[in-house]
Amino acid sequence: MKVLTLNFLTCAVKSCKSSSDSFPLHPKDAELVSDDVELNPQLLVNLLPRIDWNALRTTSTELGFPQLPEQPPTPEELQADEKMLKDLHTLLMETEMNEGKLVCGNCSHEYAVREGIANFLLPSHLV
Amino acid sequence: MLPTPSTSHVPYARVYEPAEDSFLLLDTLSAPSETAFLATRFPITTTPNPLSPTPTPTTTTPSLSPSPTPLILEIGPGSGVVLAFLTAHAHTLFSRRDVLTLGIDVNRFACAATRETVRRAVRDDALPLEVGAEAASGAGVGVGAGLGTGAGYHLGTAQGDLVGAVRAGSVDVLVFNPPYVPTPELPSMYQQGGEGEGGGQATTTTTTAAAYEEDSRLLALSYAGGRDGMEITDRLIEALPEVLSSRGVAYLLLCAQNKPEEVKGRIRGLEGGLWQAETVGTSGKQAGWEKLQIVRIWRE
Repeated sequence: MKVLTLNFLTCAVKSCKSSSDSFPLHPKDAELVSDDVELNPQLLVNLLPRIDWNALRTTSTELGFPQLPEQPPTPEELQADEKMLKDLHTLLMETEMNEGKLVCGNCSHEYAVREGIANFLLPSHLV
Repeated sequence: MLPTPSTSHVPYARVYEPAEDSFLLLDTLSAPSETAFLATRFPITTTPNPLSPTPTPTTTTPSLSPSPTPLILEIGPGSGVVLAFLTAHAHTLFSRRDVLTLGIDVNRFACAATRETVRRAVRDDALPLEVGAEAASGAGVGVGAGLGTGAGYHLGTAQGDLVGAVRAGSVDVLVFNPPYVPTPELPSMYQQGGEGEGGGQATTTTTTAAAYEEDSRLLALSYAGGRDGMEITDRLIEALPEVLSSRGVAYLLLCAQNKPEEVKGRIRGLEGGLWQAETVGTSGKQAGWEKLQIVRIWRE
């Protein structure tokens, strides 16, 4: 599962939906793997408007990647900044979480990730 | 005709095998009316794609002005044949290849199968076509055939119950081939006799009978729809206003027993009041009734 996916997922517990602490989920004991993907600047530029940048900054830091700037780059800045393009590409498109847990900051429930597949099925007492 | 992804590696004892419903989705989503709709819905306002068959001449300097990347989510991808098709042929189907695809299935084996089906389909898209293999079909040949340049980007698959773990407002294209067969009851989402507490290791099944039971449960999850075959689908429909983006579109497969006209009426009455639901693909005429149909759901 690509790290970018964490920008689109949240805790599955209903009562967590209204809490800002349920997003993004926090990786724990994460084992990362890297996949070779060809860099596509257009893709990264088009991703910017639909990424929650603050959440991405959190995820990036928690996974041990270099701290992202406080504000997202503008399309022009990103296009002109080869290093930023490359860093974002590596983080979003090439890095996959293979093992570990995703933890909700609100209810502390831990979702297991095994062989790259996260399990969001809730135990019956949380449904 | 775009090639259908290979699913020869999928364990059909526990994962739904592609059938008429799957192929109706492929046909509908690749029909000219739908590719035209999707191209209008998710316009790429940027540099003409150099791989486009007829690049639009432009006098302005190409610039990378952003056009938000669509997120495509398939619920219950099973073998992965539909999601792999959408990923591998992204440029042909969406008129852009910067699309992200994600699959969520309640069945862990389906999650693994889907990931592999997508991987193979994208790889096959990158293989050079055999000489003359599709030369005669002309326009049917995928953009960038032989160069592998038409494929989108697969995020991966996750195990889960419908869109419960998906962030509100994030999905642009949702595809659902639901468990639509009317049944007296619904199978459990959890492994019987296992801890079933979503997250632990799967319990090792020790007997052949137990293993058979478990496989039957997994297959039942792919078809058993409860009352009118709509118990699962109705839960998904109720979640649409929250999970779809404002430009979001859903493609939902229904069978005749689901009472599709009533279902479309319910969808049009969803909160917000702007909901559209139209049948955009059908198959299997029986005594004047369409056995299966695809309903496109969107907001005007």
